[in-house]
Amino acid sequence: MLGFLIRRIIQSIFVMLTVALIAFMMFRFMGDPVNSLVAENATTEERDAVRERLGLDQPIWVQYGRFVARASTGDFGLSWRNARPVSTLLSERFPATAELVLVAAGLSLLIGIPLGILTALRPSSLSAQSLQLLSLIGISLPTFVTGILLILIFSVWLGWLPSFGRGTVIDIGWWSTGFLTVSGLKALILPSFMLCLFQLTLIMRLVRAEMMEVLRTDYIKFAKARGLTNRSINFRHALKNTLIPVITIFGLQLGGLIAFAIVTETVFQWPGMGALFIQAVSFGDVPVMAAYLVLVSLIFVIINTTVDLLYAVLDPRLRVDGTKSAH
Amino acid sequence: MLRYLMMTATAATMLTTAASAESLRYATSRDVYGLDPHASSDSFTNIFTHHIYEPLVRYDADMKIEPALATSWEVLEPTRVRFKLREGVTFQGGEAFGADDVQVSLMRAVDPKSPLRGNLPGLTAVEIVDDLTVDLILDGATPLLNNYLTNIQIMDKGWLEAHNSVAPIDASQGEEGYTTNNANGTGPFALESRRPDALNVLVVNEGWWDTPQHNLTRIEHTPIGSDATRVAALLSGEIDLIEPAPLQDAGRIEGTDGVHMLQNPGLRSIMMGINMGESLVDGNVEGNPLKDVRVRQAMYHAINMDLIRDRIMRGKSRVTGSLIAPAVKGFSEEMDERLPYDPEMAKSLLAEAGYPDGFAFNLNCPNDRYVNDGDICQAMAAMLAQSGFEPRLVTEPRQIHFKKVDNHEVDVFMLGWATLPMLDGFSVLSAMLATKDGEYGTFTPNGYSNPKVDELTRAVAVEIDEEKRLALMEEALMLAKADVAWLPLHQQPLSWAARDTVEIPQAPDDLVRLWYATVTN
Repeated sequence: MLGFLIRRIIQSIFVMLTVALIAFMMFRFMGDPVNSLVAENATTEERDAVRERLGLDQPIWVQYGRFVARASTGDFGLSWRNARPVSTLLSERFPATAELVLVAAGLSLLIGIPLGILTALRPSSLSAQSLQLLSLIGISLPTFVTGILLILIFSVWLGWLPSFGRGTVIDIGWWSTGFLTVSGLKALILPSFMLCLFQLTLIMRLVRAEMMEVLRTDYIKFAKARGLTNRSINFRHALKNTLIPVITIFGLQLGGLIAFAIVTETVFQWPGMGALFIQAVSFGDVPVMAAYLVLVSLIFVIINTTVDLLYAVLDPRLRVDGTKSAH
Repeated sequence: MLRYLMMTATAATMLTTAASAESLRYATSRDVYGLDPHASSDSFTNIFTHHIYEPLVRYDADMKIEPALATSWEVLEPTRVRFKLREGVTFQGGEAFGADDVQVSLMRAVDPKSPLRGNLPGLTAVEIVDDLTVDLILDGATPLLNNYLTNIQIMDKGWLEAHNSVAPIDASQGEEGYTTNNANGTGPFALESRRPDALNVLVVNEGWWDTPQHNLTRIEHTPIGSDATRVAALLSGEIDLIEPAPLQDAGRIEGTDGVHMLQNPGLRSIMMGINMGESLVDGNVEGNPLKDVRVRQAMYHAINMDLIRDRIMRGKSRVTGSLIAPAVKGFSEEMDERLPYDPEMAKSLLAEAGYPDGFAFNLNCPNDRYVNDGDICQAMAAMLAQSGFEPRLVTEPRQIHFKKVDNHEVDVFMLGWATLPMLDGFSVLSAMLATKDGEYGTFTPNGYSNPKVDELTRAVAVEIDEEKRLALMEEALMLAKADVAWLPLHQQPLSWAARDTVEIPQAPDDLVRLWYATVTN
């Protein structure tokens, strides 16, 4: 287990270095950030001076080397857009994204799994059929369209929920939370629903398919023959066995949620890391973009490692194998 | 009893609305870069900090220069201008305003590391004469000094020193500046709180030296990046004023009770630059046909701007033959006349120049910089094709577009110019028409050089006599017009939207000055 973790840490360093390298190679195609930094009427000399000060006149590998050298000491530099430390910007935005993703992920499990079970147990009922149909819509509508529709219905027409922002947030140390105020909770509803919709339908369909599969297996038949209650069969035996693929997909999708949060945050002006990244892209703010991409790749590695560890908890067979061969 | 309760309830509601009536909720497409008035040349950031900090002279609601922190000025010599400062002004932190604040602020703005440096060219020193008098020392006659000064806001010396912020912020290194998130000015509003990219709150400065024309007590500024969401927030009543309001939503906003559009032609003139270098970037013929003025005229005749106005700009743009808007000094009616739309004429001019079958060239436009920029170029490409040209259209994000423009990797390209912050035709002469040389000609099309225009530009730069200066400027602009150095298109419309309770003048420079705004019930 320890060996596994150490290997994962080394791997993750390589992943981050590679992501940063690819990012720096792509920044070249993004255009010239100097144009956003100088006045419209700045002369060529002023432009060149700024370019030189920021090291933009250096070759890509020098810029990359500088970034890695500084990042290894924990220094991600200052944002070119608003002259604030990148680490401060990211830690300021992280709570917003984390709370949004957390709620969205929770919703997708809390709604997705029960609906999946329902549609699996009564596949031909009217409610299951209509849920299937709805989920098809949920899975095929682009998320930003859903978001704008939600705003139109719940903010413009009904006036129940805010169309943008986080509401009132309360600072607990460096963490700003919207969980503790009514307006903060109200502000969470639309964005988290928009963000979870795709995953919710995915989980529902996955649980349904897996569950129907499991219900056909022999051990379920034996369980029925033994006279166990339906409840015990469905939830103790069948459900547990459907959850392993669900956890894999959920883990992979959790990374996706953070990535998709970019769209949600843009639509709802949610002041999270995704919105920060989009602004950095449109400005050409290299320090912020590089740090964000590295951070997101780190989060992906952490999630995948956690999922791998969770398998062992859920599946006793992996646990035995795992200790023998150190995975 | 019930009636009594209801009456109390109504009274209570009325009280709360009355108390919040003068609070204005304002949304823009992005946040300010920071609160330091000298840390960015971004005009939106600067007008936002202008609510807190003030310059020596400022624009009034009609875009005329009027005294602000300076009460009068006098040109002692061409290189020495004396400013009398306003008495009895205090900063929001309680410190008195004086000559040393002006000295520190102006020198901070022109520091070699300051991004604002280019907005106050020629200033070499500030000499303190007495507590309320300063001399600005310049390296040459600077007729536009006051125009430049409208953009340079004054900070408190003691406050800057106390927070180790006398040197300007340099994003390329070092630490976060105190002035990025804190503010202490003399202006009509003071900073209450700031959450970057979420909410900036300003409250009225009760101790302001001027008589307020606004009735606001509080401004809540929220950046909302998504156009659809910004409009939705206005329609749902969460926001009182949005800027910009997308043109395609104008009909919907006008059709909704309680909100309205604010649309006027702005200062920003949109034009096409033309590569007049030795060869085309993306052509199919030897040499560069665009060097021939007849070919450029043919292009001019081929474009139907009225159609673009009616179909793409929803009737809101001002079609122009001039590179500057009417509100900018140097403009004349004569300058504004366009070559008529005439595809037959275009074809015959093209044939006369030796290209009866046309030729291919690159047509490069941004798609996220100006109002409907990508659509305009698409329409223009079709019009040019009808007259025998073969434009190869490329539309790209602004960062890439302007990089190519800088490197002359474009044949025909779109550019918008608002002459801000100087609001003067000299801006066009020096940056876009003079032959590239040092501070001149940053955006001058590749290969364009007219010695007479160069000569006039340098004369305009130092002419103190306003009438003579305007005459020289007009002459130079007319020469460039005859050369078809640029192909003017239109002045793009400003587009804001507000609740009907909000009164605000819409200045042509597209900057929101909330100290002229009133909110009623």
